[in-house]
Amino acid sequence: MAKVLLFGPLRDLAGWRERNFDGVADLAGLMARLDPELALAVNGPGVQVAVDKAIVRGDASLGPRSEVAFLPPMSGG
Amino acid sequence: MIRLQTESLDVGGLLNLFCQGRADIGGVVSFTGLARHEDGRVTGLELEAYPGFTETWIADLILRANHRFSLLDTLVIHRTGLIAQGEAIVFVACAARHRRQAFEGADFLMDHLKSQAPFWKKQHGPGGEHWIEPRSIDYQDLDRWKTSPSDATD
Repeated sequence: MAKVLLFGPLRDLAGWRERNFDGVADLAGLMARLDPELALAVNGPGVQVAVDKAIVRGDASLGPRSEVAFLPPMSGG
Repeated sequence: MIRLQTESLDVGGLLNLFCQGRADIGGVVSFTGLARHEDGRVTGLELEAYPGFTETWIADLILRANHRFSLLDTLVIHRTGLIAQGEAIVFVACAARHRRQAFEGADFLMDHLKSQAPFWKKQHGPGGEHWIEPRSIDYQDLDRWKTSPSDATD
């Protein structure tokens, strides 16, 4: 089970902040399970992906307790 | 030290505590960022952080600032959640042996925090709410610190 976190405008778009996904082995598999509109948005310009709080590029394998965060362009403080 | 908090900032108290009992430093420079009302267009801000990730990013920034400006101590306290107009959003303090290092350290930290820190900021106002991104001036401010190609990601 992977825990997925959404931030900023992605959270508003999806209507949720945190959700668990069972049976996903990698990021590609997780992407395929997202609603099409959200999947499009997380692949949009400037969106970064963090697995267990480390930025990853491309696909990454996910463990049973992985935390995946989709980070839209940051606003700064 | 870094702290993210939803509670209001006691700026005077933070500064007093930071300076207390320090005979090793020659100066402290602090900066307090406030939520502007933008001529009535903004009633407040909503700031979202990624707990754990945001602190790590700020800690790395502090290490760079401490090294670059020989800072002896650094404090970054940042609000998250709902912030009303006029309230403090961020408090930064830098201590150094000499004032110039402390001034530059605080300046460096704020330019990076304002443009690159992992926060997502929503503006609330009479016209509704919308997510905001750094302004072009924020990126121009950031460019001041680029001294070599390796600083391009600063």
